[in-house]
Amino acid sequence: MLKTTPLNQAHRDMNAKMVDFGGWDMPLHYGSQLDEHHKVRQDAGMFDVSHMLPVDIKGNNVRDFLRRLVANNVDKLTVPGKALYSCMLTPQGGIIDDLIIYFLSETWFRIVVNAGTADKDVAWMQKQRDDYAVDLEITPRRDLAMIAVQGPNARAKVWQVIAGSQAATEALKQFQSVEVGSYFIARTGYTGEDGFEIILPAAEAPKFWHALHAVGVVPAGLGARDTLRLEAGMNLYGQDMDETKHPMESGLAWTVDLKADRDFIGKQVLSNTPVTHHLVGLVLLDRGVLRSHQQVVMQRDGVEHQGEITSGGFSPTMNQSIALARVPTAVSVGDEVDVVVRDKKLRAKVVKYPFVRNGKVLV
Amino acid sequence: MQVPADLKYSKSHEWVKSENDGTVTVGITSHAQELLGDMVFIELPEVGRTLKQKEECAVAESVKAAADVYAPISGEIVAVNSPLVDAPEKINEDAFSAWLFKMKPSNPSELDGLLSAAAYTELVENEEH
Repeated sequence: MLKTTPLNQAHRDMNAKMVDFGGWDMPLHYGSQLDEHHKVRQDAGMFDVSHMLPVDIKGNNVRDFLRRLVANNVDKLTVPGKALYSCMLTPQGGIIDDLIIYFLSETWFRIVVNAGTADKDVAWMQKQRDDYAVDLEITPRRDLAMIAVQGPNARAKVWQVIAGSQAATEALKQFQSVEVGSYFIARTGYTGEDGFEIILPAAEAPKFWHALHAVGVVPAGLGARDTLRLEAGMNLYGQDMDETKHPMESGLAWTVDLKADRDFIGKQVLSNTPVTHHLVGLVLLDRGVLRSHQQVVMQRDGVEHQGEITSGGFSPTMNQSIALARVPTAVSVGDEVDVVVRDKKLRAKVVKYPFVRNGKVLV
Repeated sequence: MQVPADLKYSKSHEWVKSENDGTVTVGITSHAQELLGDMVFIELPEVGRTLKQKEECAVAESVKAAADVYAPISGEIVAVNSPLVDAPEKINEDAFSAWLFKMKPSNPSELDGLLSAAAYTELVENEEH
C-alpha cells in the first residue's frame, strides 16, 4: 500500500501521472514535464512536497543538542525564523541525510528531512537524544503538508492567496521564514528560483493548492523537480550522496564547519580523512543524454582517472545534457572528459555548477 | 489509447506499416511515448545497416529514461527520418507520423508474426493491470 499525501486527490483531479516514489504515490508530471520546468523558470509552479517530514524539536537544550547532531553550525542561526542547510552524519562521516533546520526559538527548532530517510532520521535523532541524556521532545509532524511555490512570480502569487502574507513576508531574505496564521512560510526551495516553501495543516492543503492554481500557478511534478534541482546544482540524497559518502566528496564542504570549537558527530573522521574525490558539473558536448552511474574517464600524463555520474539528465533550460559527477580531484573545471554511454564515449566539459540560477544559464 | 487498426505492432512497442513498394516504416507507439514522457534525444541507425529481428537499432531518450528501439523484423535499413533528431518532441505530438526508419524486409513472413491492433491493445491493457 503506497503512502499518500493530503493532496493525492488533487493530483488525480489534475490528471497527474502518478508514480511510486520510494513508497509514496506521487505525481511525476501533469502532462508535460518540460512545460512544467519552463513554467517554474519563467513564471510560477507548485510542488507537493508533503512526503518530506517536518520534525519539531522542543526543550531547553535544543541548540546544544543540534551543535552535536549536525555538521553545519547552528550558532549561525541568530535571528528567529532563520534557516540553515546541513548534513547529519554518521560517526564515520557518512551522510545520513541532508536537511534544513529552522530556528524558531531557543526552545523550538524545526528540521525538515527527506521522505526516504525520514524514519531512519527520526530514530537516529531519538537515539542521540537518549545517549546524550537530554530532555527533548522530538515530534514528527505528519499532520502537516508542505507545498513549494517556485518561480520569479511565485511570491506575488502566494501574496494573492494568503491574506496578510505580503506584509509579513515581503522583507524575508533567502533562508528566512515566518509564521502567518497557520502557514509557516520560508523563502527556500529546490529549483534555483525565488519562491516559498510553505508548511500548513494537512486539512487546509487541498484548498490552498486549488487557490494557487486559480491565480495561475501550475502544478509541477517530481520530474520537473528533478531537472530543476539538477540545473540548480542541488544534491539529491540517495543519488549524489548517501551514508557511504562524506560531505567533502559530495560538494558540501561549505556546509561543514570544522573550525569552530565544537564537537559534532563525524567531525573527527572528517578532520582526518584526505579528500580524494569531489563533485563537479559536466556539460555534454556531443549529442545524447547523461544518466546516473555512467562512467567518466580522463587520461592525463599516461594516467587514467575514473569517476561516475551521480545525477545526469537533459537540461530543458540549456537544451543539452548536464550532470553532476564524482571524480578524482585531479579532474578539475575546464578539463574535457569522456563519458561511457552504451557502446560509445561521449565528450563532456567539466564546469563549475550551478548550471542555472534565477532563469539564467551560468556555464 | 491510440492504436491505428491498419498497423502491425511488436511486443517491444514499435509500430510497423507495410508500404506499397514492399518496404516497411517503423516508429514507436503512442503508448511507448506516454510511458517515456517528453522525448529529448533520438539516435537513428545507419542507412544500409542489416538487422536481425529484435536487434537493437535505435535509441529514444526522454527526460526520464533511455529506451532501446528494436528491429521488428529482419532486413536492411533503407531510410531514416533524420529531421526527427532535431525535433524529438514530434514523437510526443504524433507517434504514428513521427517514423524512425524504413526497412526492406529480408523475410517478409516475419510480418505475419507481429501483433494486430487488437492484440497490441490487449498487451498494453494487461501490462497496466
